[in-house]
Amino acid sequence: MTGPVTPLIELSGVTVHRGGVRVLDVSSLAVAAGETLGLVGPNGSGKTSLLLTLATLLGTTTGTISFRGAPVATRRDRLAYRRRCAFVFQEPLLFSGSVADNVASGLRMRGMGRAEIARRVDETLHRLRIDHLRGRAAQKLSGGEAQRTSLARAFATAPDLIFLDEPFSSLDANARESLVADLAGTLRETGATAVIITHDAQEALALTDRIAVMERGRIVADGPADDMFNNPVSEFMASFAGMETVLVGRVASTRGGAAVVDVSGHAIETAVAAEHGSAVALCIRPENVSLSVGPARAGARSSVRNSFPARVVDVYRKGVFFKVRLDCGFPLVSHVTADSLERLRLAPGRQVAASFKATAVHVIRK
Amino acid sequence: MGIFLDGIWQAFYLLVTLDPEVLRITLLSLQISGSATLISMLLGISSGAAVALAEFPGKRVVISLINTGMGLPPVVVGLFVTMFLWRNGPFGFLEILYTPVAMVIAQAVIAVPIVTGITIAAMQNLPPNLRLQILSLGATRIQMVWILMKEARLPLLAAVMAGFGGVISEVGASIMVGGNIKGFTRVLTTATVMETGKGNFELAIALGIILLLLAFLITGVLTIIQQREKRR
Amino acid sequence: MDCNRKITAFLIVAMALLAGSWGASPAAAQKVKSVILATTTSTQDTGLLDVLIPIFEKKTGFMVKTIAVGSGQAMAMGRKGEADVLLVHSPDDEKAFMKAGFGARRRLVMHNDFIIVGPAADPAKIKGTKKSADALKKIAKSESLFVSRGDNSGTHAKEKNLWKAAAVKAEGQKWYQQTGLGMGQTLAVAAEKKGYTLADRGTYLALKKKLGLDILVEGDAKLLNIYHVIELIGKNFPKVNVAGGTAFADFMVAKETQKIIKTFGVEKFGSPLFFPDAGKRVESLGK
Repeated sequence: MTGPVTPLIELSGVTVHRGGVRVLDVSSLAVAAGETLGLVGPNGSGKTSLLLTLATLLGTTTGTISFRGAPVATRRDRLAYRRRCAFVFQEPLLFSGSVADNVASGLRMRGMGRAEIARRVDETLHRLRIDHLRGRAAQKLSGGEAQRTSLARAFATAPDLIFLDEPFSSLDANARESLVADLAGTLRETGATAVIITHDAQEALALTDRIAVMERGRIVADGPADDMFNNPVSEFMASFAGMETVLVGRVASTRGGAAVVDVSGHAIETAVAAEHGSAVALCIRPENVSLSVGPARAGARSSVRNSFPARVVDVYRKGVFFKVRLDCGFPLVSHVTADSLERLRLAPGRQVAASFKATAVHVIRK
Repeated sequence: MGIFLDGIWQAFYLLVTLDPEVLRITLLSLQISGSATLISMLLGISSGAAVALAEFPGKRVVISLINTGMGLPPVVVGLFVTMFLWRNGPFGFLEILYTPVAMVIAQAVIAVPIVTGITIAAMQNLPPNLRLQILSLGATRIQMVWILMKEARLPLLAAVMAGFGGVISEVGASIMVGGNIKGFTRVLTTATVMETGKGNFELAIALGIILLLLAFLITGVLTIIQQREKRR
Repeated sequence: MDCNRKITAFLIVAMALLAGSWGASPAAAQKVKSVILATTTSTQDTGLLDVLIPIFEKKTGFMVKTIAVGSGQAMAMGRKGEADVLLVHSPDDEKAFMKAGFGARRRLVMHNDFIIVGPAADPAKIKGTKKSADALKKIAKSESLFVSRGDNSGTHAKEKNLWKAAAVKAEGQKWYQQTGLGMGQTLAVAAEKKGYTLADRGTYLALKKKLGLDILVEGDAKLLNIYHVIELIGKNFPKVNVAGGTAFADFMVAKETQKIIKTFGVEKFGSPLFFPDAGKRVESLGK
């Protein structure tokens, strides 16, 4: 899907100002047909502005948006373009009337015939498994049902391109999981291109082919989803990918070609090379940090193993694991099983030894 | 208290016997205020929607002016409309002063800001993203405004009710531009004022009660529509 | 969606009803040439005009728009050419009006009289006083409450004249209150506050039962309440309906009309409310 093929949609040189402040500055972004692009980034990083800009729902200060290689410039272009797109917001924003009325609304705007509308509504309701809600008043649906209806309304027009702004963030875990699966299926079956904002790593993994990371209105990283998760290039992406410990330090020395990083006076060994004296961020997944009782033995058994005395700050349940926050002179997070919790008698204040392999430390050069 | 009871009794009597004069006054009230409400609805809802949806410099000033206009004293409106419609005024050639048409105009002037103001509030109260959601579905500008109005129809109905309530009960402008001419521009409020002036308090109270009943009936119908909607 | 249909249906029905009502309403009678009669509230409040105007309309085909305001405002309308004919009772102002050249002709129509009414207890002891000026002096001296119209009407003008004749400066005194209201309401206020007031006999008689105020002074020649009809000069204001105004003025002094005025109110109040005076001289009245 790369190479000389014209992208389905392309932004270039787009800036957006609001109240004199630049909220978006994207020099270029292209989405290929059939691709699902995830947008991630901290709050206020411009994800929603970018999504609205892509959907031509936000006035831009500079730059162009092209759809299938042709610029979307005039009001007429925008209407035609919007009729190839769909947008799903975080809140369902359903209209009064029945579920079927809502699903039909985009089709009615296009002046489609009754029979065709009925056929498409049936098809879409079925696809999103809400046939049974057809006649229900839209304002009286549960959160999950309402968001399904909102998705059905978006897909009913068979859009080439669908924009989703955290569509599931206000739903409970169950509703979210089944809806994510159905959305993934629908995207696959319809072949629609999608751009989705998400705050949830599971959602991103399930839905996206590619991820763009935004910070302060810019795209700071952009690549295939797997790469972004395994080798995050920004601190935000690292924590998004589940690396709960992010430490900032400076390369103090090099041992065997690998950098040793000074973090608040503690030396942490890594497995990658880095320029002496340069600033780096170290990211560690909590499942790679193991805890034991007894004295810390830094480098005693293995030169590539970091081990520090640590004091337990607090412990709380996170799914099947327990999340243990530690203080080693720098903050560290570990995930342990219920079994370990009991064996090590982990409780706030308890002194333990925390260790992790040098290869478990992901280094981001700043 | 005696006068009040007599008034209630007289209102009842006038209604039951279908007193032709009272009937005519009542119908004229309904006709004039109904027309004024209809006009204010057309003007007020469209301009209210336009102000609410458009972005332009000075929007806040415009909105606060409209909100001030919601409390326009009818007497002041009456005075201005009278001056405009005087034979020797700028619109004297129309020759409509002291006619029901002049009363409709004055009442519409009173009601338009009321309907406009409530319309603006109603439109601004809709979820901020709703507009974008509608546009994203491929709506033209007109389709968008139409859908927004449908979504705001309950408060818009309230706007119309407020407009109607404002003009049916208004007397200052009506008496000035209409002149309270018997059988021609005499409406419930002006007749009430006149009967009070004459000292016919029972009749004045009776007319007042009929006015209340009328307002209650009309807004009642609208309220029933509105509330039934809400339950759905 | 059927809710929208309901609202739409309601609107359509409302519009249809309104449109229909306008078609059938007296507004359709607008083609008839109208005469704007600026007059005082007392002529309307007594119901006299309700009797006379239908007769006039039937006879001449003109439609009369009666604008009942104070005499002062009625003449102000005349000055601006916003009325076609005036029926007023403020002789001094009328003379000034004629002198300034606004009126074409001023004819005597009728009179009734003013009376000073007050509570039966009569704290100022004015009952039976022959001269109105003496009565007012007593009211001022005893500082008894006097309720004034204060609305620039003919009655108010008359009252101011009486105070002048009595050489009392009433305005601004604590015992002197102005309502700014019509005669009926002012009478009601006087009754409520147990004060004295100047009233025209017609309005007083119409409301007598409800008030509990007694006639204390009457019969003074100064208390005459004289109504004139004034036609306007057309050349001042081309839009003034001179023909209509003249027709109405002629009608008011016509024999048949005068006869109706003479008997108006007899049935209801036992005595006439107005005395027809067409053709008489003002000086001969009350004698």
